[in-house]
Amino acid sequence: MKRLTLFLVVLLGAYLVWTTQDLPDWGDPASPANSYLSTHYIKKAYEETSVPNLVTAVLADYRGYDTMFETVVVFCAGLAVLTILRRTKRKHKKNVKFRPQREGVDIILQNAARLMIAPMQLFALYVIAHGHHSPGGGFQGGVILGASFILLALAYDLKSTLRRFKENTVLFYSGLGVLIYAGIGVISLVLGGNFLAYAAWGGLLGISEVEAHSYGMLGVEIGVAFTVMAIMFSLYLDLASGGDLDEGL
Amino acid sequence: MMSAQAPILILLIPLLCGLAITLVAQKSKNLAFFLILIGMIGSFSAACSTLIQVLQGSAPIHYRLGGWPPPFGIELVIDHLNAMVLFIVSGSALLTAVYSRNTVIVEIPDRVHHYYTLYALLVSGLLGMVATGDAFNLYVLLEISALSSYALLARGRGLAYLSTFKYIIIGTIGASFYLLGVGYLYIKTGTLNMADLSQMLASPDMKESVSIKTGFVLIIIGVWVKMGFFPLHGWLPNCYSRASTTTSCLIAPLMTKVSIYVMIRLMFSVFSVDYVFNTLQFQQAVVWMACIAIVAGSISALAQQDLKRMLCYIVLAEVGYMVGGVWLMNSNGFAGAVYHIMSDVMMTLCLFMAVGAVIYKTGDSSLESMRGIFRKMPVTATAFLIGGFSIIGIPPTCGFFSKWYLITGAVETGQYHFMIALLFSSLVNAVLFFRIIEIGFFNRFDDSGHGIHQKFEFSEAPVMMLAPMLICAASLLVIGLYTSFILRNIVQWTIPAGL
Amino acid sequence: MYMESLISFIVTEYNYSAALILIMIGMYGMIAKNNLLKKVIGMSIFQSAIILFYISIGYKGGASIPIIKHGSGMADHAAIDPTLYVNPLPHVLMLTAIVVGVATLGVALAILQKIYRVHGTIEEDEILESLKE
Repeated sequence: MKRLTLFLVVLLGAYLVWTTQDLPDWGDPASPANSYLSTHYIKKAYEETSVPNLVTAVLADYRGYDTMFETVVVFCAGLAVLTILRRTKRKHKKNVKFRPQREGVDIILQNAARLMIAPMQLFALYVIAHGHHSPGGGFQGGVILGASFILLALAYDLKSTLRRFKENTVLFYSGLGVLIYAGIGVISLVLGGNFLAYAAWGGLLGISEVEAHSYGMLGVEIGVAFTVMAIMFSLYLDLASGGDLDEGL
Repeated sequence: MMSAQAPILILLIPLLCGLAITLVAQKSKNLAFFLILIGMIGSFSAACSTLIQVLQGSAPIHYRLGGWPPPFGIELVIDHLNAMVLFIVSGSALLTAVYSRNTVIVEIPDRVHHYYTLYALLVSGLLGMVATGDAFNLYVLLEISALSSYALLARGRGLAYLSTFKYIIIGTIGASFYLLGVGYLYIKTGTLNMADLSQMLASPDMKESVSIKTGFVLIIIGVWVKMGFFPLHGWLPNCYSRASTTTSCLIAPLMTKVSIYVMIRLMFSVFSVDYVFNTLQFQQAVVWMACIAIVAGSISALAQQDLKRMLCYIVLAEVGYMVGGVWLMNSNGFAGAVYHIMSDVMMTLCLFMAVGAVIYKTGDSSLESMRGIFRKMPVTATAFLIGGFSIIGIPPTCGFFSKWYLITGAVETGQYHFMIALLFSSLVNAVLFFRIIEIGFFNRFDDSGHGIHQKFEFSEAPVMMLAPMLICAASLLVIGLYTSFILRNIVQWTIPAGL
Repeated sequence: MYMESLISFIVTEYNYSAALILIMIGMYGMIAKNNLLKKVIGMSIFQSAIILFYISIGYKGGASIPIIKHGSGMADHAAIDPTLYVNPLPHVLMLTAIVVGVATLGVALAILQKIYRVHGTIEEDEILESLKE
């Protein structure tokens, strides 16, 4: 079985490598992928959306529909892990043979975490808010925010972290994030545009349509950040505790 | 104004209702059920409105998301084919939602609201896959429906975790193949929009390009994995038969058919009839594979002692019908396959609902649980009978007409092996269902055969389960009786130019 | 002659080939490995390799990150030179693929924990043997 798989995989791999000779040269600026849509985005995106970070502009505006579902994917994963693992009854606990006990508390770790968490969260907010002008955005900032809570849980323990950030609150934020994203789209739909057409916001906010794109993107990035933060923490909670929200596996 | 926005509302309403369930329905199971019902009704009515618009107008509806013109932004494109699939998918999701009232509380008592949220996400993912006109967007929505189905399938019976894990592994291979195939197309054309892709791929040097061919094969293999086509079907029966009743009612009819729709869309809207059948040379091989899928699926179904597993193998055989019909390279075969998408969703849904009701009442899914079914649960038995007749292909149920067109297509192109496979499968299905009918109707003796009459008390499933089941059964007859209307007004328009 | 074309092929296309070889390594892991966790690792390699493949598509020799520099193009938009910035689209697409990868990984690990709890092992052959008994 293993041999057969190896043979097939090598065969397929060799064929695929052979097909690459038909592909355009690597790094060729004139290749179709680098010239058609790409050139349009590079030339027009700044003009049309007033966002200099083209990745953000394409992500949150031109392909904002994709990104909404990307946020839904994150939300869905968190919910899936929760549905699969989480249990409130503790009767199966004895089945787990190896359950590490946390011995004492590490003062160096805790103080280091205490020093780091606030700057981390501040930096995360900066990454979210500045995603239009520099590398960053809702996903990246949200992951950093989520990591700060995970750090708290690692340095202290799950229970004290959960006292600060309750499981239901985590879920609420994850749903809220997607709702902010979809809500911005729905409001532009109510305002007479198509779904996620931020230009429709211009009249409401009293700004030009091009600027409205930029504001709309900020709004959806905030929504993305909420969901990603909450779900990253929720994934950690469930996977690290095996669904008991207790210490260790 | 609202009707212009109907295409996006079809999938937006279930999505928003799913979110609302997580946000506000944490405590109340009734509220969760109410919200999911609202979501499915909204989606279904938006799908109806879209279908009417498509039927009235002649051109496909284009909906620009974010207001961006097509190759730069994402668009939804609704023509006759996906208007029909959207209608049938949202309709069956609505029926399953009504049906789930009683079963979910029994099967997943602790997480009803999460279950319903995942349900809504799965449905909006499937509807989004059908509506989209962008190759990469299709991948994202494919993953949404896959992720939510992993969670729903994992909360099943017995070894559900193990089979779901296998599904994750093989499903990820399939989705990644699709993504890689789209990458090949993107690198050669520089675009992701389906209509734009098809224009670019029509040029002669693209037709000869080996990497485009590789891309096509990767994409098709990816989609075949998702639908469980013959050599890649191993995960499907275990996974679906171990799922809970509601999950299998939702996933088994829909996932495979939506994948078949995706295959048709990619074959004829991204690539062309000429490319798929003339430039590439494996049309014959695929039809043979479909024949094997039909025969192997039917024989395996006959060997099963478990009702749900039996239905899963029937689903595999039906996948063979549709793939074979599409690849016959004939307009009648194609029409049969498209018509069969519609009728097959309804007939598998009908059968899974009937079996679910039996499981709900008896707690058992073996063939033996059907004993005395006509006395105990006459309504369920009737629905099961109509579904079974449709699978066999007895007129006036719709199963007969789809088979008729598939066979006509096979004869016209001289591919008699496909015709033989279809007839063989009908025969096996007839044996299968008449065996069950025998158990349910005539076999009133106990196992020792001493002729002791067992008493079968009348104990029918709740109305909330019976009503959707009967609607399904009735729809099988209605679709069958209105075959010519459906063919003339919908299916005929879906046949790609050049077939 | 052959050698030359081979070398030029390797030089101009090695990025794609590397990604495709990594994909095959990941796929081998997913299919052939006995330990379920190793299958998950193979899945991760597979998905990361696809990301590498896409990012290779978007690369342009000598170009910079796709963020329009302030000042240069503000007044005159026609002045933006496409060769200065790499293709932003594959980056966008792969952000999605990364998220999907993380999501699938999380769900797979959750199911793996459940399997371990039910069967007491994550070796596939041991699980199958315990089922036969």
